Amino acid sequence: MAEKVKTAFLLAGGCAGCEMSVVDLSEALVGALEHLEIVFWAPTVADVKYKDLEDMPDKSIDLAFVDGMIRNSENEHTVKVLRQKSKVLVAFGACASLGGIAALGDLHTKEELFKQAYKDSFSTDNPEGIYPTPEYLLDGKYNLTIPTFLDRCSTIDQIVDVEYYVGGCPPHPSFVGKLIEAILAGNLPAPGSWLTSGKAVCESCSRNPAKDGVERLPVGDIKRTIDGTPDSDKCLLQQGYMCFGPVTQGDCGGSCLNVNIPCRGCGGPIPGVKDFGARCVSMIASSLADDATAQKFIDQYNDMAKMFYRYSHTANRLNHKIAGMKEQKVSEACK
Amino acid sequence: MSFSPNIVGFACQWCTYAGADLAGNLRAKYPPTVKLIKVPCSGRVEPEHVLEAFANGADGVLIGGCHFGDCHYKTGNYKTSRRIAIYEKLLKDSGFEADRLRLEWISGAEGYRFAEVIEEFTKQLQEMGPSPMNGGV
Ligand code: SF4
Ligand code: SF4
Ligand code: SF4
Ligand code: FES
Repeated sequence: MAEKVKTAFLLAGGCAGCEMSVVDLSEALVGALEHLEIVFWAPTVADVKYKDLEDMPDKSIDLAFVDGMIRNSENEHTVKVLRQKSKVLVAFGACASLGGIAALGDLHTKEELFKQAYKDSFSTDNPEGIYPTPEYLLDGKYNLTIPTFLDRCSTIDQIVDVEYYVGGCPPHPSFVGKLIEAILAGNLPAPGSWLTSGKAVCESCSRNPAKDGVERLPVGDIKRTIDGTPDSDKCLLQQGYMCFGPVTQGDCGGSCLNVNIPCRGCGGPIPGVKDFGARCVSMIASSLADDATAQKFIDQYNDMAKMFYRYSHTANRLNHKIAGMKEQKVSEACK
Repeated sequence: MSFSPNIVGFACQWCTYAGADLAGNLRAKYPPTVKLIKVPCSGRVEPEHVLEAFANGADGVLIGGCHFGDCHYKTGNYKTSRRIAIYEKLLKDSGFEADRLRLEWISGAEGYRFAEVIEEFTKQLQEMGPSPMNGGV
């Protein structure tokens, strides 16, 4: 038998949900392990340290997955090390490839985020209002350090070269299974590609009007998910619930639609789309019946940035740049 | 004010592009700040094109289309107007000055109007300063 594929998983600024999705493969994963040798997967599976990764020879890892975006100095450092050690690097999941949910934090200042996380949140008891600092001198002699919180988030490919992208928050386990099969069969597309089916969520959605040969009509109503319960058989977009299925890759099999929730784009953009949010605006606006409906949409949805870029805020160059400038603005304002 | 803004203009071939031509024939004066891109209809302009221009450092983006009722493809300009209204809100919520994006209906007969729009828009952008992508704040 051919040599095993040396594989690594690195959790950057993510929630580890992407790794759980791999673990969810259960027996299939155990089967795949006959062909894969896990050389680094801390802390989920293997007891290895960053130092062990740093000690590996360059390009000794065949296939490396990163989940999570770049949020702090540790993420940035380890991703660079992993890149050096790996032949093929995969940005795995929405955070790694597009920014993900947590990257919406970039629409706020560091002060707002820290205040919410370390002072105001319901479960926090911090009367003195102490924030974590990158360095702390304990008892006057022990210098303790933690990673530095960066001014903005970055996707993996904004820091190092990336060969492949996988969408999903997290990627659907059945799709991860297919992905591993393709990798083992050496069946990989050209570098720079998404390792996905390339089909829209609508294609796998049982509500798609085209499945019954029915034409889509201009949407004349605007609803939010808090407005009543949608008809569970009809296309949500046709009912006025803003669904991003038409421009999102549907490797999830339409998971959200199965539970009566509109797609918010975690699968990433379908092929040919350069920017998810901008294309999504185009798709939604072109579906609306008239100007009055467009105005209703603008009035009812109060934060378009968090809506259209729910999972892909950082991948937009303009957003990334603006996020990098916000702390600068704050310090200027304080002067 | 010495800063000369860089405006990317998407002009419908049936109206605004012809209007720009007429402005030339009329020898109407306007600042050399706009780079026009001819499009088949304003409806061809995707928010992605606008974003691409801004991401590459355009200080302003102008979209010019036919007046309502005059679009050669009937509904192109209506769709543009909806797309841009929503996209402007998105830009605003993203922390970008949506005023850098301007939508105008300029017919092939409105050469002077074209010159006037470029003049106004240029002045406005000079007051706003360079795009944040080019070191402006
Ligand atoms: S993509 Fe989703 S599941 Fe994966 S790390 Fe990010 S937030 Fe977690
Ligand atoms: S728009 Fe949404 S609900 Fe309608 S068919 Fe597509 S995925 Fe399904
Ligand atoms: S339906 Fe959309 S948001 Fe839901 S899991 Fe699929 S891609 Fe993600
Ligand atoms: S043809 Fe001019 S806007 Fe459609």
